[in-house]
Amino acid sequence: MTFTKTQRDILGSSALRPDGVSKVQGDFAFSSDLHAENMLWGATLRSPHPYARIISIDLSGAWKIAGVECVITAEDVPGQLTYGLISEDQPVFAKDFVRYMGEPVAAVAADHPETCRRALAAIRVDYEILTPLTNPEHAIDDSHEPIHPDGNIIRKQRIVHGDVNATGPIVVEGTYDIGMQDQAFLGTESALAIPDHDGAGIEVFVATQWLHEDRKQMAKCLGLPEEKVRIVLGGVGGAFGAREDISLQVHTSLLAMRTSRPVKMQYGREESFFGHVHRHPAQIWMRHHANTDGRIVKIEARFVFDGGAYSSTSSAVLINGVTHTQGPYQCPNAIVDGYATRTNNPPCGAMRGFGVVQACFAHEGQMDKLAAATGIDEVEIRLRNVIHTGDTMITGQVLESVAPLERCIRETAAMPLPPEMEAEPHELDLPGGSGRTAERRNIVRGIGWGVSMKNLMYSEGFDDYSTARCTLDNGSVVLKFATSEVGQGFVTLAPQIARSVLGVDDVTYDTIDTQIGSAGSTSASRQTWMSGGAVDGACRMVRERLFEHVGALHGVDPLRLAIDDTDVIDTIGTLRISVQEASANFSVSETYEYHHRPTQDLDDNGQGNCHVAFAFVAHRAVVDVDVELGLVKVVQIATAQDVGRVLNPMSVIGQIEGGIAQGLGLAVMEEIIVTNGIVRNPSFTDYLLPTALDAPQVLISMIEEPDPQAPMGAKGVGEAPCISVTPAIVAAIRNATGKSIDRCPVRPQDICF
Amino acid sequence: MSELEHYTLTINGEERQVADAWIGESLLYVLRERLGLPGSKGACEQGECGSCTVYVDNAAVCSCLVMAATAVGTQIATVEGLNQDGTLTDVQQAFVSEGAVQCGFCTPGLVMAVHHLLDHNGTPNEQEIKEALSGNICRCTGYGRIFAAVDSVIAVRKRTAS
Repeated sequence: MTFTKTQRDILGSSALRPDGVSKVQGDFAFSSDLHAENMLWGATLRSPHPYARIISIDLSGAWKIAGVECVITAEDVPGQLTYGLISEDQPVFAKDFVRYMGEPVAAVAADHPETCRRALAAIRVDYEILTPLTNPEHAIDDSHEPIHPDGNIIRKQRIVHGDVNATGPIVVEGTYDIGMQDQAFLGTESALAIPDHDGAGIEVFVATQWLHEDRKQMAKCLGLPEEKVRIVLGGVGGAFGAREDISLQVHTSLLAMRTSRPVKMQYGREESFFGHVHRHPAQIWMRHHANTDGRIVKIEARFVFDGGAYSSTSSAVLINGVTHTQGPYQCPNAIVDGYATRTNNPPCGAMRGFGVVQACFAHEGQMDKLAAATGIDEVEIRLRNVIHTGDTMITGQVLESVAPLERCIRETAAMPLPPEMEAEPHELDLPGGSGRTAERRNIVRGIGWGVSMKNLMYSEGFDDYSTARCTLDNGSVVLKFATSEVGQGFVTLAPQIARSVLGVDDVTYDTIDTQIGSAGSTSASRQTWMSGGAVDGACRMVRERLFEHVGALHGVDPLRLAIDDTDVIDTIGTLRISVQEASANFSVSETYEYHHRPTQDLDDNGQGNCHVAFAFVAHRAVVDVDVELGLVKVVQIATAQDVGRVLNPMSVIGQIEGGIAQGLGLAVMEEIIVTNGIVRNPSFTDYLLPTALDAPQVLISMIEEPDPQAPMGAKGVGEAPCISVTPAIVAAIRNATGKSIDRCPVRPQDICF
Repeated sequence: MSELEHYTLTINGEERQVADAWIGESLLYVLRERLGLPGSKGACEQGECGSCTVYVDNAAVCSCLVMAATAVGTQIATVEGLNQDGTLTDVQQAFVSEGAVQCGFCTPGLVMAVHHLLDHNGTPNEQEIKEALSGNICRCTGYGRIFAAVDSVIAVRKRTAS
């Protein structure tokens, strides 16, 4: 694919990342690269048990080690002892009980990471080991004592819509299991906390997705007013949801405040597996009733999302899951029960796709069963049921977003299939790759489909607004926002917006910190829409002020002025003056807060206008499977995605290809294996991630039908790519093997046995 | 800590003193924390991800797996050594221009891996490129734009040579 480079880096051009040059040279400062004079290192002691009572903690051994400056436990937390994104149920340090393997118990600060390690080893914790609750069904049936004062159910939600007794001549059902996926960002959690000289405040450089939410939670636990906690975005090495919850923020800050010295904390990879929430493992049962023409009459479903020990965003993930039961299909009648459970498994929360990944795996498995039962092919069955703008969803909400799903499916179907595997293929083209384990004669090709819709922005009445400031000064623009740049490219997009609106080319952005209002989280495919909307709004306000200035200087009504390329022009006169010249010795600054339209809570029957907007996508997967050994190679993914409007083609392609790789990981490689609450594979040796050899050919069509509700017409593109690609790959494996595989990731034993 | 060591490493052609170091420190730690060379990144600490790729005597290695004190007497090259004249290499420029950089954490290691590949094989085929880069994990891009960057370097070098 080649990208057109326009002369100006405005909207629609493949503008290059402003941080690209520093990143290729290795001098971009990630949070883990930061240092301060007189700095100490921090480290965390974690529970080896999934569930235990803490009888005693003896810190004396740690204090005796030379170089140790501070040792802290729950006793030392000056403010609120617990925190959380939605419900504040997670202890800063475990106090009486540990509820998951890896839960923080104590922290140390010392002169060297190795001193920290020795200090942690010298802390003695006596535990009374308890029987962990690890089966989410036991949380639901109340057969295990409450493991937390808030009980073992984080949330349950029912959806009842239409005629619950409706049925059809075709009935298909299935139970689908989705494994626990890790975000596996490459830059592990890290922060540098610098205490104020007077000890009354703290400045923290941290890799996060949402600076203001971090600040709010940290201030409460640190017992400080929010204005005494300043958060600066440290360079972020990927996020994918795992940085939505705080991890080491309070620990690092507390150590710095206690020692009055800067403290840096950085997780290793193994610790990172315990230091952040994961994608919820889920079990979903669905029963579809349909007419003989394949049209869905009713869906019954039951969702169980295992939230693990603390609630994090489980309640919102649950709502995303159950409200996407129908997928991007019309469904007049539904009855759905959903549970988010508390267990002694690792806490789960946000990951790219946020509940919809799980729902989609189930509803797409069902669509293939429906196709088989009716004898209609996989593409046609989906086209017959496609949802359209104006249709009512099972929540009673009317779909208002532009919904070009039919086009997505048809354009995907029209893309060329890959050539058959050669008779004597290169060994790297065989499933199993360089291990040279597969035999050509055992290889069967399969094709599968997955389509999905995904909500954009936060739901259920939450006002996740964003703030931006635009300053035009002497022909140059500086933007200010607290939007976390995690790699997605908002720092590329924001200047493109300003160049388009203001006709100025010299656009930079200020430090990303809490010295301006919240931008909300870099999640839910929301920053192009929300922070893009805020930057667009601020630039438009500045443009009006510029027109007033030019109008006054030249005696023209400002309402007649417009920006044409890099000039201010009089639309019905002859005035044409460059913005550069027009803004000489002129300075103006405007701040804009962008809010999406209000949404509502769901009622007890799951009815309500709970979502803001939706994006759509289709995926077709081609796989080669060695049916003897159970090895899979994903050969090709074809996709057409509803993007609204393409603001930066190269960035969109990057999001689509990257999302597909993560969805491929969930389909055939990635799973955190937990047995009885114990995590078995917390390393990159044992948790397998897609490499260059696993990358399939990707064919992409970006469907542009600008959404009138979206600023600039553009929908967020980050999550859609990773949602229906997983069921498409698994469907292709079913197609190749003839096996009924209802779980992901698909393991060799699921194919062979 | 006790057991402190002093030794000299040769990095990017320069002799660098390492003083008062614990003997167990990895080359990655010494580069990043003692010598002010943070371009090599640590993401897995067990040689799986390639983010810390450096050359030791022209072999591409994971610096997290090398004890720094054992690298005395070798020629060590890091990503910081690629730009001593202040301009980007063709590989670096292609990574920027082709969209191969998102979060950028894997990027220095990948840039080192691509240079190493092309230094040893100027005209790699698709499988050779994929195999050479399969020790470097990128979580953001899905590798598509990285392949595009490699392809563009090969094409430009071929044009320049002919």
